[in-house]
Amino acid sequence: MSYLELHDVSKTYGHDATEVHALAGVNLAVDEGTMVAVMGPSGSGKSTLLTIAGSLEDPTSGEVAVGGASLSGMSRNDKARLRRRSIGYVFQDFNLLPGLSAAENVSLPLELDGTAARKAHAAGMAVLEELGLADRAEHFPDELSGGERQRVAIARAVVGERHLLLADEPSGALDSANGEAVMRLVLGACRRGMAAVVVTHDAQLASWADRVVFIRDGRIVDQTARQDVDDILARTRPS
Amino acid sequence: MSVRHALLALLSEGPKYGLQLRQEFEARTGEVWPLNVGQVYTTLQRLERDGLVASEGEDEAEAGPQKGFRITPEGEQELTDWLRTPPDLSLPPRDELVIKVLVAMRVPGVDVREVIQVHRRYVVEVMQQWTRLKENEAQVDLNFALVVDAELFRLDAVVRWLDSTDGRLTRASIESTPAAPAAMPRQRRRVGTPR
Repeated sequence: MSYLELHDVSKTYGHDATEVHALAGVNLAVDEGTMVAVMGPSGSGKSTLLTIAGSLEDPTSGEVAVGGASLSGMSRNDKARLRRRSIGYVFQDFNLLPGLSAAENVSLPLELDGTAARKAHAAGMAVLEELGLADRAEHFPDELSGGERQRVAIARAVVGERHLLLADEPSGALDSANGEAVMRLVLGACRRGMAAVVVTHDAQLASWADRVVFIRDGRIVDQTARQDVDDILARTRPS
Repeated sequence: MSVRHALLALLSEGPKYGLQLRQEFEARTGEVWPLNVGQVYTTLQRLERDGLVASEGEDEAEAGPQKGFRITPEGEQELTDWLRTPPDLSLPPRDELVIKVLVAMRVPGVDVREVIQVHRRYVVEVMQQWTRLKENEAQVDLNFALVVDAELFRLDAVVRWLDSTDGRLTRASIESTPAAPAAMPRQRRRVGTPR
């Protein structure tokens, strides 16, 4: 079942002569348990697609459904609750709160949603442990390396009962080993049942996805077919 | 890929049999480069002829599975020299993909960017396959991970070239509308390091 669905979504900024079509008639469905990468040059609309999918912005026309519920019928409060409970975001520049420890950053979305502090902390610690960051839990963001900060950001995005992970250039300026670690974590979250959309211009990152869609001038112009590992083995081992 | 030097490298660890050399070669390259046994024996015979390896055990003209080989001091020197000799990194004179894009710009009715996208999708699909292998196996085998990474970086460079070409074409079409057909490079320039 598709957890995220975009039907004929368009987004226009400005009016008349200054009108810019950031997205034009985008259709996209992302199933639970799968990662979709969105590749395209800068200015192609890929970040707009992500903010609309995450209910941070409204489309000019078209429908977005998350977990089967249409966003157009939701009040601001309903959307905020959906974001807190079901959607995790990862940004290029991590966006961790500098005054909170790693563990506090991770449990924050649960606390904001009304979970008792102790319970939220336990859930946060469980995720940090899963991502190999238990020993960094009490450190503040400026005491962590870039790779560790991004792993904490991913922990914050998957804590609790999240179903949708939205990531915008999640490996940002990280080196390729840390970039790979980030993608392994995102993929791990998908294999445990989350749906993920990762926006990137980096083909190596995109190739971790189950499906890569290509966006240009606000339109999805192409996508990869489902990949079978046997294909490449057959290619390299002719026998 | 120099099978010759790969075999010398394996023999630098100690004497080995032909069949063993083949198995170890495949294991060390993450089983990505298959090697047939005939190739191993032919190469060993040449190495022996050149004095870089010496055979042990029964003295037959044909190399067989029971024949052992060891590296000679000349072979060790050859291996050390080879490791430090830069590989040929010059651009192939006629890179097929580059040619296709250059031709696509000149053929009437062909949308170059659509041609670029066809290739971009294909390369990303191949990258997805390699990455899937890495997801499944690479953490347990360092050799395999290194070989897969090399392949991914190479393919990544192809995608970057396609992206950059796409960007250049966009800028060119904005700067000079209507777009004049781009000229083929007039002069063939030599690229790469002279060897």
